[in-house]
Amino acid sequence: MSEIAQELTVTAAAFRSGAMPVTKVTRKLWQQAAGDLSRGLITLLSLWADHKAVYMALLNEDTKHIGVLRLDIRRDDFPSVSQFHAPAGRLERAISDLFGIRPDGADDTRPWLDHGRWQISHPLGATEPAEGPVVYEFLPIEGESLHQVAVGPVHAGIIEPGHFRITVQGETVVRLEVRLGYTHKGTDSLMVGAAPERGAMLAARTSGDSTVAYGWAFAQAVEAALGTEVPERAIWLRALMAELERLANHLGDIGGICNDAAFGMMLAQCSVLRERVLRASMQSFGHRLMRDIIIPGGVARDLDDEGHRALLALVASIRAAFPSIVALYDRTASLLDRTVSTGVLKPALARRFGAGGYVGRASGRDFDSRRDIPYAPYDRLTFEVPKRDEGDVDARIWIRIREVEQSLSIIMQILHQLPGGPIHTPAVPVGQPRQGLGLVEGFRGDILIWVALDAKGRVARCHMRDPSWFQWPLLEAVIEGNIIADFPLCNKSFNCSYSGHDL
Amino acid sequence: MRKFLIDGLTRRPLTEPKPDPVDAAIEELGQKIHNHLYRRLGRSLSIRLVDAGSCNGCELEINALSNPFYDLERFGLRFVASPRHADVLMVTGPITRNMAEALRRTFDAMPEPKWVVAIGDCARDGGCFAGSYAIVGGLDAIVPVDLHIPGCPPNPTELLQGLLPLLESVEAG
Repeated sequence: MSEIAQELTVTAAAFRSGAMPVTKVTRKLWQQAAGDLSRGLITLLSLWADHKAVYMALLNEDTKHIGVLRLDIRRDDFPSVSQFHAPAGRLERAISDLFGIRPDGADDTRPWLDHGRWQISHPLGATEPAEGPVVYEFLPIEGESLHQVAVGPVHAGIIEPGHFRITVQGETVVRLEVRLGYTHKGTDSLMVGAAPERGAMLAARTSGDSTVAYGWAFAQAVEAALGTEVPERAIWLRALMAELERLANHLGDIGGICNDAAFGMMLAQCSVLRERVLRASMQSFGHRLMRDIIIPGGVARDLDDEGHRALLALVASIRAAFPSIVALYDRTASLLDRTVSTGVLKPALARRFGAGGYVGRASGRDFDSRRDIPYAPYDRLTFEVPKRDEGDVDARIWIRIREVEQSLSIIMQILHQLPGGPIHTPAVPVGQPRQGLGLVEGFRGDILIWVALDAKGRVARCHMRDPSWFQWPLLEAVIEGNIIADFPLCNKSFNCSYSGHDL
Repeated sequence: MRKFLIDGLTRRPLTEPKPDPVDAAIEELGQKIHNHLYRRLGRSLSIRLVDAGSCNGCELEINALSNPFYDLERFGLRFVASPRHADVLMVTGPITRNMAEALRRTFDAMPEPKWVVAIGDCARDGGCFAGSYAIVGGLDAIVPVDLHIPGCPPNPTELLQGLLPLLESVEAG
C-alpha cells in the first residue's frame, strides 16, 4: 500500500459529524499523491484552490477512508497532478482560470471556463482586466478523409449549452472534443462572504435537476463544520426528497435516452410517471423540484398527512405502471439494437476517473456513497446498489431501471419509519474558522461540497464538484468508433450536467 | 407494445384542459405587440429556446410542457430546432457573458416578426446570480424582451398561462 493511501484516515463517521481535518503536505508529497493516483492506488474526489493553497480530496477505495491534502502556494504555481493523472486536467485548468495559479508541468494549459469574455481575468485571485475573447484552439486533427462537425453552444433541443467538436471519417467518429464553460455564472465568487442561507440558495441552483442533492451536500458541509446536530426527522425527510429526485430524473432519462433512439413511446410513458413524481413532490413539499427545502440545520417544510398519502399513492401508481414500461424496452428489438454495445465505457477507464453514478456502476465500478461513505439515514435503510460490467448505453439504462426500483423501496421504508419531532435546529457560528465536507449521492453520482466558514460563520470558500467533472471526459472516450448518429444516444445515456460543471 | 397501443385507444387521455391565462401576461403583451402581427402568424407559433446559463431547472419544466398532461402542441405552440424557423425566442438563465454572443446571433438569425420571452427569475435581472462578473444580468441588455414569465423555475401551468395570451390575442384580433 502506498504512503499516501495510509495518510487517508478520515472515516465517513468522522467527517460527517465534525470539521474536516486537512493534511498539510510538501510539494514532494503532493507529487507522490499524483503518482499514486496515476497508479490507481487511490481515487481523486476533487481538486480545488483558494487564494493561498491548492487542495486535493482523495479516496482509498479499499478502506473507504478519505483525506484532504493541502499544499500552500509559494510562488504562483503548484506541481501539476494532471501530468500524471488525466482526470485532474480540467479541474486544474479551472483553478488556473479562476485563481491565476498555474499547474506546473501540465500538458494542457488552454483556458477552460474562461472564454475571455468576463472583462476580467482570474476573478478569484489577482484580478486583472481581460484582453477580450480568445480563439480556442481545438486539438489538431491530421489524417485522410477527415471531416469536422461543430455542434453548439446553441443545441437543437431544449438542453443546456456546450460545444461539441466531432471529427468523423465517413460516419465513424474518430474524436469528440467537448468545450464547456458557457453556463459559468461565477457561483464560487458569489459564495465568498455569503451567509449559509444564501450559500444554500446558490448551491441549490448549481444544477437544477439535482437541487435536493446539492442542498443536502451544502447543508452537510456547513453542519459538519459547525458541529450542528440535525434533528432526526429532518434527516429522514432529506432522504425522502433525495429519492424522489432520483426517481424523477431516472424516469426522465430512461424515456429520454429511448427517444434519442427515435422511440417516442418510451418517452411518453416515462414522462407521465416523471410528471406524477413532480406533482406528488409539489403536494408533499410545496415545490415540484423541492428547491430550497433543505437548509442548513434541517428542512424548511414538514411533511403532513396529505403529503404522506400522496407519496404512498405515487409509489403504488409507479409500481403498477413501471414493469410494463421496462418490458416494452426489453422486448423492442429495434430499440435494443441501438442501445446494446453502443458507447462502451471500459471498466478500467471508469475506475481511473472515479466515475460516479450510473456511468461508473454500468462499467463495473461498484461505488455508491450512500452505502460506501454512509450518511444518515441510509445506514438504517435496506437497499441494493446495482452494478453491470458491459458499460454500454443499455447497461446505463438498466442501472437506472434498477435504481428506480430501489428508490421506490427506500421511499416506502422512509414513509413507514419516519420519526416525529422537530425539523430544524439553528446552525450556530462557533467563533472561529472551520471547514466541512459534504458528500451526497445525487442521481448522477457523488456530489462533493467543501465549505470553509470564517469566524462569523460566513462562507469564506465553497467548492462544489459535480460528478460530471469526471464523466464528460469519459463521454469523449466512449463515442470513439461509434457512428455519429449515435452521439445523442451516448450523450443522453451519460446526461452530464453543464451548469453543475461550469458553475 | 400492443398493450400500450390498446391502452392508448381505450383509456381517456391524460391531457388536461388549458389553464386560464394570467392577467398580467395579457396586459404585458397587449402593451407591446400589435394585433395585425398576430393575424399574419395565424394560430401557430414556433419557439426556439436558448439556455443562456440557467441551472437547467427551467429547461426541465419547459420539457414537461410536451408531456401528455400539458401537450403544448395542441395549442399551436411548438419548439423548433432552428432559429430560422422560429417566431418566438424563449430564453432562460442569467445571461452569462460566455453565452451572450451566441444568444444575440440566434436572435439575429430569426426572421421578423419575432418576439422574445424571458423565462424564470434569472432571465429578468440575473436572479440570485446578480452582481457576478460572469453574467450580463437581465435579458433586455442583449435583446428586447416582450414577455417575462417569473418563477424559479416557473411550473408548466405557469408557463402555459404566460404563453397562451400570445395566441389568445390572435383570436381577439
